[in-house]
Amino acid sequence: MRKYYWCVAAMIAFLIWSCQKDKNQEPAFEGFVQPAGFPVPTYNVAGNPVTKAGFELGRKLFYEPRLSRNNTISCGSCHLQTSAFTHHGHDISHGIDDRLGSRNAPPIMNLAWNTTFMWDGGIFDLDLQPVAPITNFVEMDEKVSNVLEKLRNTSPYPELFKKAFGSSDITTATMMQAMSQFMIMVISDQAKYDSVMRGLASFSEDENKGYAIFLQKCNSCHKEPLFTDHSFRNNGIGAGPNNDSGRFAITLNPKDMYAFKVPSLRNLAYTAPYMHDGRFYTLQGVLTHYTSEVADMPTLDPLLKTNGTPGISLTSQEQAQLLAFLNTLNDKKFITDTRFSQETQ
Amino acid sequence: MKNIYAIIFSCFTAATFFTSCSKDKTVAPSGDNTVKTTLSIQFDNIVGDKNLQLGTGTYTNAVGEQFKVDFLKYYITNIKVKNSNGVEYTVPKDSSYFLVNEADGASQFVKVRVPEGDYTSLTFILGVDSLTSVMDVKKRTGVLDPSGGMDEGMYWEWNMGYIFFKMEGTSNVAPADPSGQHKFRYHIGGFGGYNAPTINNIKTITVDLTTAGIAKARVGREANIHLMVDILKMFNGKTNVSIATYPTVMFADFSATIADNYSKMFTHDHTEN
Repeated sequence: MRKYYWCVAAMIAFLIWSCQKDKNQEPAFEGFVQPAGFPVPTYNVAGNPVTKAGFELGRKLFYEPRLSRNNTISCGSCHLQTSAFTHHGHDISHGIDDRLGSRNAPPIMNLAWNTTFMWDGGIFDLDLQPVAPITNFVEMDEKVSNVLEKLRNTSPYPELFKKAFGSSDITTATMMQAMSQFMIMVISDQAKYDSVMRGLASFSEDENKGYAIFLQKCNSCHKEPLFTDHSFRNNGIGAGPNNDSGRFAITLNPKDMYAFKVPSLRNLAYTAPYMHDGRFYTLQGVLTHYTSEVADMPTLDPLLKTNGTPGISLTSQEQAQLLAFLNTLNDKKFITDTRFSQETQ
Repeated sequence: MKNIYAIIFSCFTAATFFTSCSKDKTVAPSGDNTVKTTLSIQFDNIVGDKNLQLGTGTYTNAVGEQFKVDFLKYYITNIKVKNSNGVEYTVPKDSSYFLVNEADGASQFVKVRVPEGDYTSLTFILGVDSLTSVMDVKKRTGVLDPSGGMDEGMYWEWNMGYIFFKMEGTSNVAPADPSGQHKFRYHIGGFGGYNAPTINNIKTITVDLTTAGIAKARVGREANIHLMVDILKMFNGKTNVSIATYPTVMFADFSATIADNYSKMFTHDHTEN
């Protein structure tokens, strides 16, 4: 009899234990997963497979102010998750010692599909992208070699590198690869638009009409599902006071004068202001530009001209419908996903 | 009798003399391609008739502008040698990246491993070839490490690529910068562009060694090909470069003119075998 009681007690204990285990168990780390409906990534994921340790190290580095000369500025300082990894409210950003940059901070989002980086596309390998903000005088003003030295002398970094790459040696390659592992995981694919495309939700009437307008008038450059074709175009906003030549500085091709990368339209609700220099504070301002303020410049993108007239014709009703559609590209889960947040680490 | 001794002595002396002269001939290459030895290539930077002295030497270019040089670095990569039979040997790419730095004497002796042989021609790239320029970060070590393995400043992070040739200095004809210095800066790079064609300043240089002395690579010895690198040629060439007109040249069309000029700066002075 006693034995029987013990058996029951043991079984109950086991049940409680197994239940608890299930509760506490985190979902298994899946690494990089290509979202349904997205194309094959440009980034060579096989060359740098995402591991839990690598991703978490990359996240820690992303929020690490030691990347800057005086340990004050991290990547996350200008790429805030709550603003879809942009610098909300800043036309241009202030970096180290409050020095001002000349361009609007672009989002860290769906970078695995980017063919180039920065507004002018001067960087073509994500693994070497962080060198630019680290060494830029107005951003972090630091040398990568100094950053590596700081990390080597800061616990727990040597241990974390060992976990991620099998060696506590901290090199340019392992640092950059860890950062890439984090950055390519920062994927926005949970907007209402995505649910609609996956057959899990449907557009309202206005959203549907806006989508039709989008396909007709915007999709040739802001190509779905990433909402950019990764090209460089002059959209006729005209040169700003600093006469930023854009893509021309990279190619020295006169045809690229004042051309900038076509930005994605995902998460616009969180990423104001807009354009390479953040000159438009509202989406209505952007639509007004495209309908009535496009400047006819020698390098203006030909798609922005119809019958010799610059601009895209949109009635105010069409604009409202288009804005309704653009709202379906906002991904609340993306800006609240704890996997990406500074607090999680 | 005395004469016989004299003749014998003369013969002996002569024989010794000829033997020592033909020393090189008697040590033939093994003919085995797997037997490798070190070949040294010396990049001796000069300015016309003068040795280059960083910070102190004053020089004059073809348009009559006086200048001083404070900084000089350039990449030497993709080294090849050709022997007297016309057979070429390419040093493995990974062992063929060098950064010559005027401030670092050891860096001016580029050392590669080559099969034994008599080499009549030397070829290298002044700069970094396009494949290396787009190479995986894992392979970018040593002088190619963008963290500063090249001792900072030989990499453009904003327009990805290496600076092939960098020379900075001062000249009274250069405009004063905010610190009051009259600096000139030539940062020349451009590998042709990744996804859009742009300037290509990669220069392949071939130096003939037959006139000033072929390189005899033998195990147990280290032949040294002594090149003179006349940086005045950067200014004086097909187009004479004026510091007053072009005090700063970086990623710009005019960089091609400078690269064309400096591609002529290498001459073979002699070889120490």
